Amino acid sequence: MDNQRRKFLGTMGAITAGTLLAGNRFAFAADKSPIKVGVLHSLSGTMAISESALKDVALMTFEQINASGGVMGRMIEPVVVDPASNWPLFAEKARQLLTKDKVAVVFGCWTSVSRKSVLPVFEELNGLLFYPVQYEGEELSQNVFYTGAAPNQQAIPAVEYLMSKDGGGAKRFFLLGTDYVYPRTTNKILRAFLKSKGVKEADIVEVYTPFGHSDYQTIVANIKKFAGGGKTTVISTINGDSNVPFYKELGNQGLKATDVPVMAFSVAEQELAGMDAKPLVGHLAAWNYFESVKSPVNIAFVKMWKDYVKKKGLKDFPVTDDPMEATYVGIHMWKQAVEKAHSDAVDKVRIAMAGQTFKAPSGFTLEMDKTNHHLHKPVMIGEIRADGQFNVVWKTPTTIRAQPWSPYIAGNEGKQKL
Amino acid sequence: MTRSAIYLCCIVLALLSLPARAALDAGQLSKLAADDNDAKVAVVKYLASHPSPEAEAVLTAMDNDALYQNQGRLLIVRGDQAIDAATLQALGPVPDSAESIIVNNRLRGAVQGALSAFKLFSSDLATRLKAARDVKQDPRPEQLPLIQQALAKETNAEIHQDLLLAQASIQISSSNEAERLAAVKILGATNNPEVRTKLADMLIQNNGQYNEASPVVRAAAQQALKSIDLRISLARAAASLFSGLSLGSVLLLAALGLAITYGVMGVINMAHGELLMVGAYATYFVQGWFKTHLPQHFDWYVLAALPIAFLAAAGVGMVMERLVIRRLYGRPLETLLATWGISLILIQLARVSFGAQNVDVANPSWLSGGIEIIQDVVLPWNRIIILGFSMAVLVFMSFLLSRTRLGLFMRAVTQNRAMAGALGVPTGTVDTLAFGLGAGIAGLGGVALSQISNVGPDMGQGYIVDSFMVVVLGGVGQIAGTVYAALGLGIVNKLLESWSGAVIAKIVVLVFIILFIQKRPQGLFALKGRSVD
Amino acid sequence: MTTTYRYFSKSVWLAMGLLAIGLLVVLPILHLGVDKHSSLYVSSYAITLIGKIMCYAILALAMDLVWGYAGILSLGHGVFFALGGYAFGMYLMRGIGADGVYHANVPDFMVFLDWKTLPWFWHGTEHFAYSLLLVVLVPGLLALMFGFFAFRSRIKGVYLSIITQALTFAAMLLFFRNETGFGGNNGFTDFKRVLGYSITAPETRVAIYMLTGLVLLGALLLGRYIVTSKYGRVLAAIRDAESRVMFCGYNPVSYKLFIWTLSAVLSGIAGALYVPQVGIINPSEMSPANSIEIAIWTAVGGRATLIGPILGAVLVNAAKSYLTVSFPDYWLFFLGALFIVVTLYLPHGLMGLLSALRRKITGGWK
Repeated sequence: MDNQRRKFLGTMGAITAGTLLAGNRFAFAADKSPIKVGVLHSLSGTMAISESALKDVALMTFEQINASGGVMGRMIEPVVVDPASNWPLFAEKARQLLTKDKVAVVFGCWTSVSRKSVLPVFEELNGLLFYPVQYEGEELSQNVFYTGAAPNQQAIPAVEYLMSKDGGGAKRFFLLGTDYVYPRTTNKILRAFLKSKGVKEADIVEVYTPFGHSDYQTIVANIKKFAGGGKTTVISTINGDSNVPFYKELGNQGLKATDVPVMAFSVAEQELAGMDAKPLVGHLAAWNYFESVKSPVNIAFVKMWKDYVKKKGLKDFPVTDDPMEATYVGIHMWKQAVEKAHSDAVDKVRIAMAGQTFKAPSGFTLEMDKTNHHLHKPVMIGEIRADGQFNVVWKTPTTIRAQPWSPYIAGNEGKQKL
Repeated sequence: MTRSAIYLCCIVLALLSLPARAALDAGQLSKLAADDNDAKVAVVKYLASHPSPEAEAVLTAMDNDALYQNQGRLLIVRGDQAIDAATLQALGPVPDSAESIIVNNRLRGAVQGALSAFKLFSSDLATRLKAARDVKQDPRPEQLPLIQQALAKETNAEIHQDLLLAQASIQISSSNEAERLAAVKILGATNNPEVRTKLADMLIQNNGQYNEASPVVRAAAQQALKSIDLRISLARAAASLFSGLSLGSVLLLAALGLAITYGVMGVINMAHGELLMVGAYATYFVQGWFKTHLPQHFDWYVLAALPIAFLAAAGVGMVMERLVIRRLYGRPLETLLATWGISLILIQLARVSFGAQNVDVANPSWLSGGIEIIQDVVLPWNRIIILGFSMAVLVFMSFLLSRTRLGLFMRAVTQNRAMAGALGVPTGTVDTLAFGLGAGIAGLGGVALSQISNVGPDMGQGYIVDSFMVVVLGGVGQIAGTVYAALGLGIVNKLLESWSGAVIAKIVVLVFIILFIQKRPQGLFALKGRSVD
Repeated sequence: MTTTYRYFSKSVWLAMGLLAIGLLVVLPILHLGVDKHSSLYVSSYAITLIGKIMCYAILALAMDLVWGYAGILSLGHGVFFALGGYAFGMYLMRGIGADGVYHANVPDFMVFLDWKTLPWFWHGTEHFAYSLLLVVLVPGLLALMFGFFAFRSRIKGVYLSIITQALTFAAMLLFFRNETGFGGNNGFTDFKRVLGYSITAPETRVAIYMLTGLVLLGALLLGRYIVTSKYGRVLAAIRDAESRVMFCGYNPVSYKLFIWTLSAVLSGIAGALYVPQVGIINPSEMSPANSIEIAIWTAVGGRATLIGPILGAVLVNAAKSYLTVSFPDYWLFFLGALFIVVTLYLPHGLMGLLSALRRKITGGWK
């Protein structure tokens, strides 16, 4: 009998665990209590390589804001979670941040699929997400502010530059990407754009490789073959780790930037810091910000990051890049909006966000669009230097409004507003 | 074109070897500090027409991103010292307000063109040879007078041939039929794909009219195309065979360690990929050490990394064996789970100690670039050397297994542990050493991988499935089988890729392995004998 | 006496009953019937998390049937799970109708590929019943085919594990391709409704949650029925000494094939229940690492115990959910150490530990 009861008690453990998970709720904050904000970036798994620096830049920005008095006198209390590069886990963690931790806002996500995974959760629970990475567009949610570039703020100006005299007057285009939605969409938009510029179908090739592809011998050989037919440029939307073997192969097979320049949309200073940049000199990238921009705001921003990395003994590279800047800008704009709305309630902040401006490290004053939840951003083209930085060789004179619904995709007419 | 005039001018100057002692025009130079690329290109042309040490110094500085400006004055920066660009006089330390002059690709092309213009008339044979090859590979119409000048004077047969081809590549577009014919006849020997395109264009009909009116030239073009195509297609076939072998050698290096730990010892080591990672990080570590302590011998860091990577990975492997795997012999499936746990820990350890990002491992100069079989078909040195290296590792391993006492003990223990133990073989120690050997070889594989791919915490995960496929396909316990399987998979994968794209190629190979195992469950090379459960 | 806990003593039945009531009756009531600001309220986070873990538990149970009772370690169960998920996901995608961002009659990702009509394999997926059929048939047929050839060739042990890994890896690459027609890397998301009910409504969520619980319970009872039957005993004999069983006149192929296919079907059903609860299905579910994790849940809980794998799935996933928040930088160390400790010191998993404890206690009483 006693024996039986013990077994029973043992099994009951599981029930207790279950109820513990369910309970644990907090009462709402008083006026001077801290504001909880969520940070939803992968710290392990395949995406940690890109996302962990964003987590740190977010924490740095919170620290900066707290040091200068917080938001309306309230301190920011970050809740960092690790969705571990696992897409369903992203949704679960988003739900947890919104329902359990009751955060006022979430800064997070990198890949399109992670954003798509959390989107229904944010819409259902009326949360607020700031998404800091350049992406494929074709989306607009009431609950997301996009501080990265839409295709017209990155891809299209980049190709226009390549076709110009300074860019080398490219006639043939080798569109190379990892097989997922961002490269596919970008290339679809670019193909339509190139056609509208009179580029023939035969002068455009699209090639995709699987995630983590590490052998680019055949592809580089094919690029050379293709380049025999006229001035060629490669538009690369290769993601993450695959860039290292790709560029190594490119350098060793003697494909020079003066002959066949490679324009990358996913390679920034953080990625370059993880490879040997010397053979890559002259290859290009298009972003809305480069660390080498010489503006007082940027000099301060870069210094703050370098000091922060040193102070905390972080393993991140002490270089800044576009998604980090976008994270920084997003957090500051959210703070301004909260102060303008005198509330951290999502609906009020959303309204206050419209038209918010911020003097960004890129040297421009960025404005949150009044309707479409995207930033007006400048576009810059950088050429890789031997030290892993970029020379800005071209930039737009002013900021450009985002077109999340690309006019080069059929069925998008009249969709520019939310 | 004004450009040809400039070149002529430059040649004349060079031929007369008039020392252009006058310093460069500072007014011209100062345009380099402006933002206007057209003006900058004009300055480069000006420099090209004034061959002098100053001009060459400025152009070389531009090519190396070492040209700066300070309040309109141009400086060449060498280390932390500044030199006046117009006069080459030393100015002391670089002022803080100096800004670098941005050289974009267009400008860089012009700079490099001008620099090779200087070099075509160099007294050094090797420099001339390289300049002639550059001209042959990228001939521009404006270079024609220059090429003809050089032709008249050149005595070296190889350079002469290159210049002839360059001349013909330009004259193929001439309006003079005889010139065209002569050009086309020579061009059978070119490997320049752009020239080939031009030849092919001649034979295309537009509205019933051939692009090339003369039937004689057309016939010659046809002839030329035939010989070009044969050569290029042979070279490409050789290159794609090479790429298959190269992929195979990478697979082999990734799998060889596993062929011992899994193939010979029967340990399913899911942390095998992480042992590759340990080797790669060891390489990174050695590279950093060379950078700070032996920068003058930096090129040899990879060789120094080999023993260190071997020992590091072997050390990790032996610790794993002692602490975990040892307790799980005879329970292969449980080993799988425990080593998976180890792999998670090692990945996170790498992430915590080196950061989540990739680290920068550079190719030393002898692993950079490649052999150009014909224009645009290059076999990279790093791949050639890795191919050789994989064979060397193979020889090293089979020597250890078949010729040393340790190898003898290892084979004895795997064949009959109890009997070996009874005869006095220290089976426990042999197990540890054998696992260490397999791990160490994985470490060597990591060194090789660091030279062609990324080095980061997750790098091992990409190789684990492939490695197991290779070992299983080759036949467990069969080192020879592993070799054939790796090279075979590499070649098949590359052949398929050029035909179907990378994704499908990989899927087809996996399906093939699944089907093959159904047919021959023991792999390519099965141990003969009766199986016992 | 040592085997009683395996096939459920009275107290285990009692605990299971209480647990079932707690999870399937009390929690839903606390979610639906209690005011949001009450301290008794159970959040949607808890419901979806427990729902998700129950799906994993079904999957672990399916793994236990083949690994624990037939000795077949599959490192590719993720593919069956994902196929079930995709089959039901197709129905959910069709349920979006013209509410997608392009307001088209085909799912958004097809608009994107310029596909005007549905490919043949999407036909009929708008019917709930047909998609349920697919959930069972697709993983089932794949397992049947794969198993038929593999078991006929007498592939077993490690070899079988490795080729199941190849299977799921190949499937993952195939589904990653956009042209395959399943949404590529993004997979399916943004579902709107199921059987006409809004998928985000608490009632719908609770209904799916309860259904998952019932399926888990059913799977457990089915598993118990199978392993205690004559068939189950032959199966265990095959696991322990296949050749001897063959010499006794049994044909192991059909025995293994049945349990293998059943396990795949169960995994598929788990996948189908999983998708509407987590709101996304994408090819990373087929990554080899995910499949290895399934094996680990089973090992942690204890193989060939039915209850154990369920406990393992719950424990590992609850730990994961907790640690990824509390120790985001270090949780992989805990997880890795857990696997090592379990395999080294708890060869029979948690259930083994429990029974050892019990033996110790009863021994002390004797």
